[in-house]
Amino acid sequence: MPSIGARPMEYYGPSIPYLKETEIKGRFIVIEGPDASGRSTQIAMVTTKLEADGHAVLNTGLRRSELIGEGILEAKRNFILGKRTLSLFYAADFADQLENKIIPALHAGYVVLADRYIYTLMARDAVRGIRRIWSHNLFGFAIKPDLVFYLDVDAGELVHRVFQKNSSLDYYESGADLGLSEDMLDSFLIYQGMLAKEFHRMQRRYDIVPINGNRSIVEVNSDLQDKIDKFLNMDVLISK
Amino acid sequence: MKSSSSPRASQHSKKLEVKGKLIVVEGIDGTGKSTQIRLLGKWLRSKQLPVFMTEWNSSEMVKEITSKGKKKGRLTPTTFSLLHATDFADRYERNIFPLLRAGYIVLADRYVYTAYARDVVRGCSPKWVCKVYDFAIKPDVVFYFRVPVDVAIERILVGRPKLKYYEAGMDLNLSNDQYDSYRIFQSRIIEQYESMVKPEGFVVIDGTSGIEEQQQLVRKTIMKLLPHQEEEQKQLRLQQQQFERQNKVVVTADN
Repeated sequence: MPSIGARPMEYYGPSIPYLKETEIKGRFIVIEGPDASGRSTQIAMVTTKLEADGHAVLNTGLRRSELIGEGILEAKRNFILGKRTLSLFYAADFADQLENKIIPALHAGYVVLADRYIYTLMARDAVRGIRRIWSHNLFGFAIKPDLVFYLDVDAGELVHRVFQKNSSLDYYESGADLGLSEDMLDSFLIYQGMLAKEFHRMQRRYDIVPINGNRSIVEVNSDLQDKIDKFLNMDVLISK
Repeated sequence: MKSSSSPRASQHSKKLEVKGKLIVVEGIDGTGKSTQIRLLGKWLRSKQLPVFMTEWNSSEMVKEITSKGKKKGRLTPTTFSLLHATDFADRYERNIFPLLRAGYIVLADRYVYTAYARDVVRGCSPKWVCKVYDFAIKPDVVFYFRVPVDVAIERILVGRPKLKYYEAGMDLNLSNDQYDSYRIFQSRIIEQYESMVKPEGFVVIDGTSGIEEQQQLVRKTIMKLLPHQEEEQKQLRLQQQQFERQNKVVVTADN
């Protein structure tokens, strides 16, 4: 597989000083979208296709860090966390993954497929009343992905998918901590609507490509795969 | 390392009214700052003032998780920084800010300046650290305890000769010897503190002078903050007395 040359990392804020010398060779693709938007299905399909094409692929996601991933779940069960505390907690967990998984894989030339990235964290913060500029600065140490997709699914459609999957609504995914409505379904709809709005706001600033996620799995996949292939082939052309 | 011009602590925690006072002590380990803030607390309490003490890295919730990561020795400067910021945020959201709003005198044994000094020495971007902590309110007074590194180290090593991995700055690969490493690490932290003295308006206390002498200086500085506090307390007491008197009237009328 032709790989393109090593290059320095690009950050959203000031670069991480102690990683100055680290260069990356791989490609970094992020798929964002609410729960039950079909993210994991799409990531599995894209992974299979990319591996078949000869790419080395690494899957990663939020809340999978060995450092504190469990700690967050535990803390959510046992304590009422302040919004900023929770935000920093997630940021620490994310930083662990970025430095211990994502960057090493990119350095080694992998295509890294991330199941959500800082945008989800920033959207959650924003709807909880944290200033957007603060979150943006907080995640200044995050490297810029090559491609970011957002699976855009209508809230009404999402509800159906969530119920098909779990038969109940998750407390946090419904934004129940925000006290939006006494009715869980209302709360879910309002909360998901707020998150979607944040994503639309972020679209321009962070070059997020929206993908209509209301369609069938196959349709969404061909759209997604098409865009990814085009991007990767462009690389090949450039490297030639 | 150079200090950045952006403020390390600022006031934009919304425009909520803050009635209390925030007093901070800073300095490396072994400068005697904890002793001084304890004595200050006792004095303020003896004046019937509402006092709350908070210590760096002491949130129960965060402590457990931090120590797990520390044991694994896999913390990078960024994760290390963010875990401490989480601890700070938890104490800030739960205690420091609400208590300040309620009129407490909050005594903080270390504040955002500790994070700044340590994180920058560990290799984080100074600009980034400033921004992470810019939700924190600016203290009314910051006492900086200045002690030569050797004196401080001697004090620390008398009590507990075994240093912890991160405490000694072993993650920085400064030296294979943990005492050497500790010394270099602490010296660099001092450099960071010194760079903040002027821009942040630290009140410098000579930590090598006598404990009582230092305490006198500390109290003299705090005294200037208090008249307003005492006035408010007096008014509160008056209001209470008035309220009690009125209640008594109601009670007698019922009889």
